[in-house]
Formats: sequence, C-alpha cells, structure tokens
Amino acid sequence: MTWIPFVLIAAVAVFFALYLVLSKNAVHGALSLVLVLVSLAIFFLLLGAEFIFIVQVAVYAGAIMVLFLFVMMLLNVGGAEGPLRENPSWQLAAAIVLGCVLLFEAALHIARAGEGVRHFPQAIAADFGSPERIGQLLFSSYLLPFEITSLVLLAAMIGAVVLALRRFP
Amino acid sequence: MDIYSAVPFSAWLALSGLLFTIGAIGFLIRRDPIVMFMCIELMLNAGNLLLVASARYRAVMDGQIYVFFVMTVAAAEVAVGLAIIVAIFRQRLDIDVDEMSEMRG
Repeated sequence: MTWIPFVLIAAVAVFFALYLVLSKNAVHGALSLVLVLVSLAIFFLLLGAEFIFIVQVAVYAGAIMVLFLFVMMLLNVGGAEGPLRENPSWQLAAAIVLGCVLLFEAALHIARAGEGVRHFPQAIAADFGSPERIGQLLFSSYLLPFEITSLVLLAAMIGAVVLALRRFP
Repeated sequence: MDIYSAVPFSAWLALSGLLFTIGAIGFLIRRDPIVMFMCIELMLNAGNLLLVASARYRAVMDGQIYVFFVMTVAAAEVAVGLAIIVAIFRQRLDIDVDEMSEMRG
C-alpha cells in the first residue's frame, strides 16, 4: 500500500517528462516541465529534504521556469511549430537507440549494485534536511564552495547583461 | 509503516535513470534550443533526485548540499543560455541549432 504514493507521483513525473520531449508546442512543454519539477519536489519532501523542497518549488518551478516562459513570449516561439526543419530519420533512430543503451546500462548498474532490495535506514535525526542543519553545513564544511557560488552567480549576471546590451550589426 | 520501508533504494535509482534517459533522448531529437534547454533541466533534476535519495539512504546530509550547488549552477546556466538565445534571435530571426555555426567572438 505504501507503494501507491511513489508510483502515482513517479507516473506523473515520467508522463510529463515524455510530454515535454514529444510535444510540438514549447509552451506546453514548459508547463509540463513545471509539473515534473513539482512532483520531484514532493519526492524531496518524502525523502526528508525540507529545505531542498522549498528551494525546488520557489527557485526551479518558480523563477527558472518563469524565465523560460518570458523568453518564449519575447521570442514568440510558443504558439505553432516554427519554421524548424524536421530531423533526419536516421538521427531520430540513432537518438532512440543511444537512449535505450543508456537506460540499459543504468539498469544493469542498478541491478548489480542493488544486490536484491535495499531499504532505507529507518532512524534519522529529527531535523534531517532542515534549514538549520543545511545552513550549519554550508557555513562550516562547505564555506569555500558556497563563496565560489556567489562568483558564479555574479559572472552569470554580468554575462547576461553584456549579451543583452550588445548591439548587433 | 512509511514510504522508506516500502519503496527500496533501487526504485529511486531506476526512476532517476529513467528521467535522465528521457531528458537525454529529448536533447538529441529536438531541434528547438529552448526545448533542448528544458531537457537539460530535466537531466539535472534526475541527478538531483538521485543525490537526495542517496543522502536519505546514507543518512548524511552532504547530498542535499550538492543539490543546492547544482541548482545554483543551473540557474546561472539558464540565465546565460537564454541570453545567448535571445541575442541570436535578435540578430537573425530563425533559431535552428544546426545553423548556429558562427559562434566566434
């Protein structure tokens, strides 16, 4: 019985991921990606990652996807299928074969590493994944990567502004 | 009885691998650069799911910190990538990845 929430949410995630890949409409794809992100956020909550859950909903499903939708509206690419050419069929076939190889390889590794069915440990700390614990880790063991993160964001900001301001001939 | 005793770790691994594969195939077969970007986001999120599940499995929180960093880098990547797409679109009105061969400074 306790499989039911996992199976339901996983089915939603996989269905809308497939919809993103197969839909001809980019706006529909973006909205289905939002649903994938929200179902993954529910998984994060089930796995005891409260802080990551909030960040996933607010930053990923909120900010990043709104950025995607803004760009689509700005470029007016959403509505109909644009003047893009169709892929050659050999490319499609090669992509699907390569994807199946990747999936098979992942399944093989899971089956070999799994050694049967491994379950999660029951006992974890009550504040596992809470913002306090995340903050303590970020500002002690991971202080240097955290500071470098600010540099990455600054570089991205400057890069986006430079690209947006540039005048093209 | 909660979800941890019912759903084994390998189920989370399989779901993560499946989502990653869907994202990879989408990246290969789609030609719209915005949809390709969204497929990259899908792959990054499959990786994030694996990190969070392993963090819970090992009962160590470091995986969640990695997810935090992955999200930061993804945000930066999306900002720059969409700026590049907008710049290309302003320069020439069709965005087809096969035609974008003049990425020189």
